[in-house]
Amino acid sequence: MLELIWLLPTFPALGFLSLVLTSGNLPKKVVAVIGAGSIGLSFLVAALCAMEFLNSGADHFSRETWTWMAVGSFNPGFTFYLDGLSTVMMLVITGVGFLIHVYATGYMADDPGYSRFFSYMNLFVAAMLMLVLGDNLVVLYLGWEGVGLCSYLLIGFWYTNPANGYAARKAFVVTRVGDTSMAIGLFLLFAHFGTLNIQDLMHAAETEWAVGHQLPAIAALLLLGGAVGKSAQLPLQTWLPDAMAGPTPISALIHAATMVTAGVYLIARTHILFELAPDVQILVAWIGLITLLMAGFTAMTQSDIKRILAFSTVSQIGYMFLGLGVGAWSASIFHLMTHAFFKALLFLGAGSVILAMHHEQNIFKMGALRKVLPFSFACFLIGSLALTAFPFTSGFFSKDEILLAALELEGPGTILWLGGVIGAFFTGIYTFRLMFIVFFGENRGHHCEGEYGGWNMKAPLAVLMLLSLVGGFIHIPVDAVFSHGEVHEEHHANLLVEGFMILVPLIGIGIAYLFYGSKTFSVDKLMASSLAQNLHRLWNSGWGMDWLYDRLFVFPFMWLARINARDIIDLFYAVIVEVNRMLHRMIVRTQTGSLRWYALSLATGLVLIVTLGVLL
Amino acid sequence: MILVILIGLLFLGGVLAWISEGLDARFPRIVALVTVLLDLLIMLSLLGGEGWVASIELEWLPRFGISFFLAADGLSVLLLILTAFLGAIAIGAAWDEITERTGFFYFNLLWTLAGVLGVFTALDLFLFFFFWEVMLIPMYFIIAIWGHENKNYAAMKFFIFTQVTGMLMLVAILMLAYFHYEQFGTYSFNYHDLLNVRTSGQLEIWMMLGFFIAFATKLPSVPFHSWLPDAHSQAPTAGSVILAGILLKTGAYGLIRFAVPLFPAASMEFAPIAMTLAAISILYCAKVAFAQNDIKRLIAYTSVSHMGFVTLGIYAWNEQALQGAIMTMLAHGLSAAALFMLAGGLQHRIHTRNMPDMGGFWAKVPRMAVVALFFSVAALGMPGLGNFIGEFLALIGAFQANIWLTVISAFGLIFASVYSLWVIQKVFQGEYRNEDFDDSHLSDLSRREMVYFIAMMIGLLWMGMYPQSFLALSATSLTEIMGGTQQVVLSLVEGSL
Repeated sequence: MLELIWLLPTFPALGFLSLVLTSGNLPKKVVAVIGAGSIGLSFLVAALCAMEFLNSGADHFSRETWTWMAVGSFNPGFTFYLDGLSTVMMLVITGVGFLIHVYATGYMADDPGYSRFFSYMNLFVAAMLMLVLGDNLVVLYLGWEGVGLCSYLLIGFWYTNPANGYAARKAFVVTRVGDTSMAIGLFLLFAHFGTLNIQDLMHAAETEWAVGHQLPAIAALLLLGGAVGKSAQLPLQTWLPDAMAGPTPISALIHAATMVTAGVYLIARTHILFELAPDVQILVAWIGLITLLMAGFTAMTQSDIKRILAFSTVSQIGYMFLGLGVGAWSASIFHLMTHAFFKALLFLGAGSVILAMHHEQNIFKMGALRKVLPFSFACFLIGSLALTAFPFTSGFFSKDEILLAALELEGPGTILWLGGVIGAFFTGIYTFRLMFIVFFGENRGHHCEGEYGGWNMKAPLAVLMLLSLVGGFIHIPVDAVFSHGEVHEEHHANLLVEGFMILVPLIGIGIAYLFYGSKTFSVDKLMASSLAQNLHRLWNSGWGMDWLYDRLFVFPFMWLARINARDIIDLFYAVIVEVNRMLHRMIVRTQTGSLRWYALSLATGLVLIVTLGVLL
Repeated sequence: MILVILIGLLFLGGVLAWISEGLDARFPRIVALVTVLLDLLIMLSLLGGEGWVASIELEWLPRFGISFFLAADGLSVLLLILTAFLGAIAIGAAWDEITERTGFFYFNLLWTLAGVLGVFTALDLFLFFFFWEVMLIPMYFIIAIWGHENKNYAAMKFFIFTQVTGMLMLVAILMLAYFHYEQFGTYSFNYHDLLNVRTSGQLEIWMMLGFFIAFATKLPSVPFHSWLPDAHSQAPTAGSVILAGILLKTGAYGLIRFAVPLFPAASMEFAPIAMTLAAISILYCAKVAFAQNDIKRLIAYTSVSHMGFVTLGIYAWNEQALQGAIMTMLAHGLSAAALFMLAGGLQHRIHTRNMPDMGGFWAKVPRMAVVALFFSVAALGMPGLGNFIGEFLALIGAFQANIWLTVISAFGLIFASVYSLWVIQKVFQGEYRNEDFDDSHLSDLSRREMVYFIAMMIGLLWMGMYPQSFLALSATSLTEIMGGTQQVVLSLVEGSL
């Protein structure tokens, strides 16, 4: 089966092609079978490959197909590379991807763009698989750009609304800023090592570059640029909340479970390079910490159910970055996986709520939904518990590992740990704020008749609920990948620390209950002071980052474009033309036709020339 | 001989097309299409060989060392095939659009193509200059006669820019022939002979500039680019296809074949300036493109921006960079031609090129929307399609030559995404409204149009997924060209030691 690993992206690619070539002329049933079926087949292949690979005991497997381009020493090929890390990634992508595809067959049932939707989704999965299975950075970049394109297409899926188009373009352009940094990183690595094969590169970097040298730092920094773009971390995080303009299954698949974690994958994949650049690695941790805190604040002030989840995603990826930064590579990948489970669950659950509420996304127009939507309530409850790292849910184990690893780090470790714990406190507040507002309290005048959708929407949710609950007990087979780098194999946390870390999110939940559940404290009273209002405005706007970037980049660019729409260089040629015309008119005036005038100018000219000749 | 047949066939086909109009106004286009397809077929026989796969050398004016010398290597063959392929596409674009004086139109079209084939194969510089002029004049007529509202201005601007800079090249060619006389006792315009001419620093730089300015105008590169937006916005669609797809590539070809190998030392000295101009072209024109409302002007400026990667690659002068430049030439040939055809198709249907009037066309013309999306995405450098291979190779090669200019140029990737997606937004997305134009003729792409577009899509996918078929063809040519310049530069370095 391993020899057939190339089938993995091939199935979705074929799905994409068949849907595009029939251009929406297939019946919806057939589209659903092609769209979800191709991913199902992919998952089957992935599972079989994973089993065979893990049983073989080898630390990696690679399968060549063809050389992409060969120019001198530059010859990247479409070679599939499977190790523990890519095994986890491909299973998450195809597994969670399949569930979301099945869910989407129901969610998108009434949409006229049904076939278009599934074609984009399939293309996305194909690209995402190339991203994690390529053995060199150019193929990774192919997948990287490919998922970006699909993200763009799907955010702007409902294209008649210009706001969606804007969100889509914003996502593409902002991530492209990161991509360009990454591309430059590729140029640099190639210029130094003459290859872009990841394993060869890491090996060469290890032998040729010393720890703390300037070059690995620059290279790592450039790759980090790509990672923060794709994974929506500071300073390129602004696109993700707007990306919620796309249909909800997209938010679950692309903007929670898979694509946005590509940056985490990239750093984990090139972790040797980051270890050679300790300053950059610790920067990753700080970026993660600051992002997770900022996003946590913002999530507490949002009123759109999807935006809350979006900021929560930004925040949770912040944890993954924090883990990467402190060298807890496998813990970060672990959190990537559990987050894929529970965040997909939350988004799909939100999708069910939104449909049942007739496309209402404002949480303040919902309320008491646990009685009308018990199934969605169960989804949200389990998802929220996992998100807040409630003991023994999946999120608990992974977040715990990251924070403990941070605590063990010398130097800034304690601060990073404390920041992460504070972040968990906010997670408790914003998650259960949503829970209490949406599912408890009183009906705020909505007309919700009950659950929307049939088994095809419920079954994936049931599977995700299970995974969110017990996913923490899965052991991911990445030890061999990170074997030489990982410092802390076993975390010996004392009970006090452990207890504290369990307690803090619960306090957050308790506070959410006091404000939004029992209404013991009033939010309005809290918001009475002008300081609180200003803070609220600041957080609600995502710390004004959009405002800032508009003024720093967008407006100046637009202004420059507008004032020079006529292309000032052309003016130069216009002036030449004008001067010529003027001379022409002057000379025309001399042609009077009068013989006397001609004779006179002849004579004058002669005298002038003779004089000049004599003088010189 | 085969090269003479290729060019002769086009000249002949042009005359036949003109005459056949007398029988029926629909005959010329058929004659033209058959001629070009025949040419394309013959060209395929050139594939597979090594080195100079075809060549012919006949005496012409032996007193001045001028001969009728045509030859094709892998690089030429690639560009010949591109020319014939896009020639056929251009005829398709003109099929329904050109209804007046069809005979003369196809005459001009075929003669332009003949001139281009000559430029891509001439190895006698006098002959090269002759073909350089041959492709110019019929193109002038195509813009001036079948163009749009401001055609005379645009055609004249195109003519003067190309003519004046062409004169500079002629002077440089004549100087070069004269230096050959000084050093070897005979006049010669033969490319291989002239490669041996050595001149001192100052003079070499002047001659190199003569060539560079002529080619940079054709390419075009900032600051010689401003004829292009006018020519494109006024030319009929077929004219735009040939301009963007083929004519611009003659400039790049000239740089690779002549400007650098003939003056290696001067070019090496000049490279940082050329690469700076390239970086400016990439960024500046991307920004100006974004500000355009006229969709054809926008695409024209993006062409200048993309050609910047070609200049960048050429003056980095290493294997990756040069292959990148060549792949960009080929891929941009297809993507720009397709975008101009789409813009032309829109103009033909709704009689406006003004983007603010458009919007929401996706639901109206879904096939056209998908096709436009494909080529916009190709243009912004999506991996998997040809343009990415070109730009990526050009950049990765250029990085080894000049880090900072490469980094600056790489920002072009961001701008490309800004303007490409902007076009899709303005034309195809948003709410459909038809207050500003008559939409009674707004129909989706016809079957005939789809054939052309699908052919170009397959081409770009092929280049993007298996560029090896193209890279292998140009590789041997590049080895020879680069080997020559390297020797000269090395000998100069040794001489100075």
